[in-house]
Amino acid sequence: MGHGQPIATTRCASGVATGKLAVWWVLGSEIVIFGGLLACYILYRLFHDQWSVEAAHTNTLCGAINTFVLLTSSLFIVLAHKAAEEGAHLKAVKFIYLTIAGAGCFLVIKAYEWSGEITHGFTITKSLFWSFYYTAAGLHALHVIGGAVIMAIIAQDVKKKRHMHRVELIGLYWHFVDIVWIFLFPLLYIAK
Amino acid sequence: MGTVHHSPASQSRLASIWHRYLFSTDHKVIGMQYLFTGMAMAIIGGFFAYVFRMQLAFPGKEVLGYGLVNANNYNMLITNHGAIMIFWVAMPVLIAAFGNYLIPLMAGCDDMVFPRINRLSYQIFLLSVLVLIASFFVAGGGFGGAWTSYPPLSANPAYNLTPNGASLWLLAVALEFVAFLLGGINFITTLMNSRAPGMRMYDIPIVLWMIVIASVLFMGSVGPLIAGAVMLLFDQTLAIGFFDPSKGGDPVLWQHLFWFFGHPEVYVVLLPAMGITAEIITVFSRKKLFAYKTVLFTTIAVGVLSFFVWAHHQFISGIDPRMANIFTITTVIISVPITEMMFVYIATLYGGSIQFTTPMLFALAFLAEFLIGGVTGIFLGASSADIYFHDTYFVLAHFHYTFVPIAIIAVFAGLYYWFPKMFGRMMNDKLGHVHFWGTIIPFNCIFIPLFYLGAAGDHRRIYNYENFPDLMRGHMQDLRIVATISLLVMLAFQGVFLYNFFSSMFRGKKAGKNPWQANTLEWVAESPPPHGNFPTLPVVYRPPYEYSVPGRSSDFWPQNEKA
Repeated sequence: MGHGQPIATTRCASGVATGKLAVWWVLGSEIVIFGGLLACYILYRLFHDQWSVEAAHTNTLCGAINTFVLLTSSLFIVLAHKAAEEGAHLKAVKFIYLTIAGAGCFLVIKAYEWSGEITHGFTITKSLFWSFYYTAAGLHALHVIGGAVIMAIIAQDVKKKRHMHRVELIGLYWHFVDIVWIFLFPLLYIAK
Repeated sequence: MGTVHHSPASQSRLASIWHRYLFSTDHKVIGMQYLFTGMAMAIIGGFFAYVFRMQLAFPGKEVLGYGLVNANNYNMLITNHGAIMIFWVAMPVLIAAFGNYLIPLMAGCDDMVFPRINRLSYQIFLLSVLVLIASFFVAGGGFGGAWTSYPPLSANPAYNLTPNGASLWLLAVALEFVAFLLGGINFITTLMNSRAPGMRMYDIPIVLWMIVIASVLFMGSVGPLIAGAVMLLFDQTLAIGFFDPSKGGDPVLWQHLFWFFGHPEVYVVLLPAMGITAEIITVFSRKKLFAYKTVLFTTIAVGVLSFFVWAHHQFISGIDPRMANIFTITTVIISVPITEMMFVYIATLYGGSIQFTTPMLFALAFLAEFLIGGVTGIFLGASSADIYFHDTYFVLAHFHYTFVPIAIIAVFAGLYYWFPKMFGRMMNDKLGHVHFWGTIIPFNCIFIPLFYLGAAGDHRRIYNYENFPDLMRGHMQDLRIVATISLLVMLAFQGVFLYNFFSSMFRGKKAGKNPWQANTLEWVAESPPPHGNFPTLPVVYRPPYEYSVPGRSSDFWPQNEKA
């Protein structure tokens, strides 16, 4: 069984390229996963006023910086997409690496924040607020790591001018990761 | 599929078989992998049913092939019977096996759009099977908290006594979901993008529509349960308490997350079964499907409605009675589109020249038996009646009158129908008839007594009724024995099927390309189709159900025939 691309993959009856269509469906299924988790959190939160006491201990400044970092990295992946469309593959690679750097920066700040919280006793088992805090942000962080790894793989292809359209696909995913954080930040940090 | 290279070195021949059957990216091979794994799991699930039915009929006696059944064994057996039959038989066979096999062939293309993701999907599924089977043998035994896995029983090892089994079981279910998400993305994008030139929206065979709509339903409903599974896993392993009231959590939340998936799941497996039936009854009544567009839009309506009925599983969980009223209404409403489908199928049969082949018998039996399942569901959808029936054998019998037609009867219909395409040979029709009656009659004899027992008060979580004198009155124990004996008869007749299936694979009559004289594109390919399916990819000129068109000499009109 060779790995030659089947003719099926090249067809486009819907008018949307197959890769892009699949990414949208992946994002659709991700939305319901995060949606389910956040809906649980919101419902609990609405009926437990005392959670605001716990939420007062989250580090809003770190969260705000991380929001800025992720938004900036999204800008980089847009610039990478633009460069890829213009055929400037080395420029695209540079912007992909900058996006990965943004992901790394996000994780470093997260690690700093969490280690401080854990040493002060705010662990995942402290109360249900912290359980949600670590579960939701942890699931999001896994998506950040996954995205960074996929971007690194795509960058290797783009370097050789192969699969340039995949820059756009990972860009879609990266915006989704960004948007999830846009929901997490107010829910976990701002709402004290 | 039957050919093997005759290379001189047996080692390279082994490598070739390894490569061809285990690491293939061909959608047909992957479909077969799902089919045979599902069949193997059905044997395990059937064996479990045999063991606990023997315990119920003859409590405290040693069961042949298993030994004594204690309370913990019993819980593990019913839990995993349910989980296996739904997650590891119905899902892989109806969606993954038929979906993989049929979508590229019937849509007229050479493979799925992402063959390697398709292979990954099966490999993750296989891993989930291995994790599940491993969970039976760990210290403490397999999980016994019912397939619905309600906390706090499922969350707290001090209650369920299966600290390892419970977590492995949950992990296996989660892996299985990942496998079907990957498969579903493939199914949806393949049908959206890779149809044969000329195949417009209303030229797509109904079974493909239904499998793809079912995949969309799965994708839309499983997310919250994946989140819930993570939460439950943390409850089990880190003692967090998302679902533990003493720690501020709420066990009813799990029920919402579970049934938000669990009810659409019924339609995830029902729709492919309905689709298989649509193909079969049109071919064997030589008649156009009555009201194609009605069927399609009804299916979409069912899909949308299925997201608004979940809390009818929770009428006695302490939900607000006003809420229960709303869910009663939505539940009764969803029977309208399903009934409509039934009428449309019966209208398709009306005036046709019906051929009672084995697949046709199974398809008709599916409709008749599912009808009983649907009608008894109305009692349970009404919250006032459900308070009495909840957690009795009435619910259990109702459930099996929906799922056995779906996952067993419709699957047999599909297997008998597409077997000639899959293996290039015909199955024996006489043995098929024997198997049909040997399945349908005992099936009814198992579950009709259980309706009666449920109405008489049999609670479904009791493993020895001798401890409940009120439930041993009159002929109640006799009825339990009737159900168990009927199960033994039904299981024995599956031997006829297995013999027919495997002997026909090698010794059956050669089938040719189109033994049933059907219209859809899979019958244009060779039987069995080679890798790549078609010598030249077909072009579609007409809808799929043009049978007995007036003025034509033959009574069928393949989709790819120009005139």
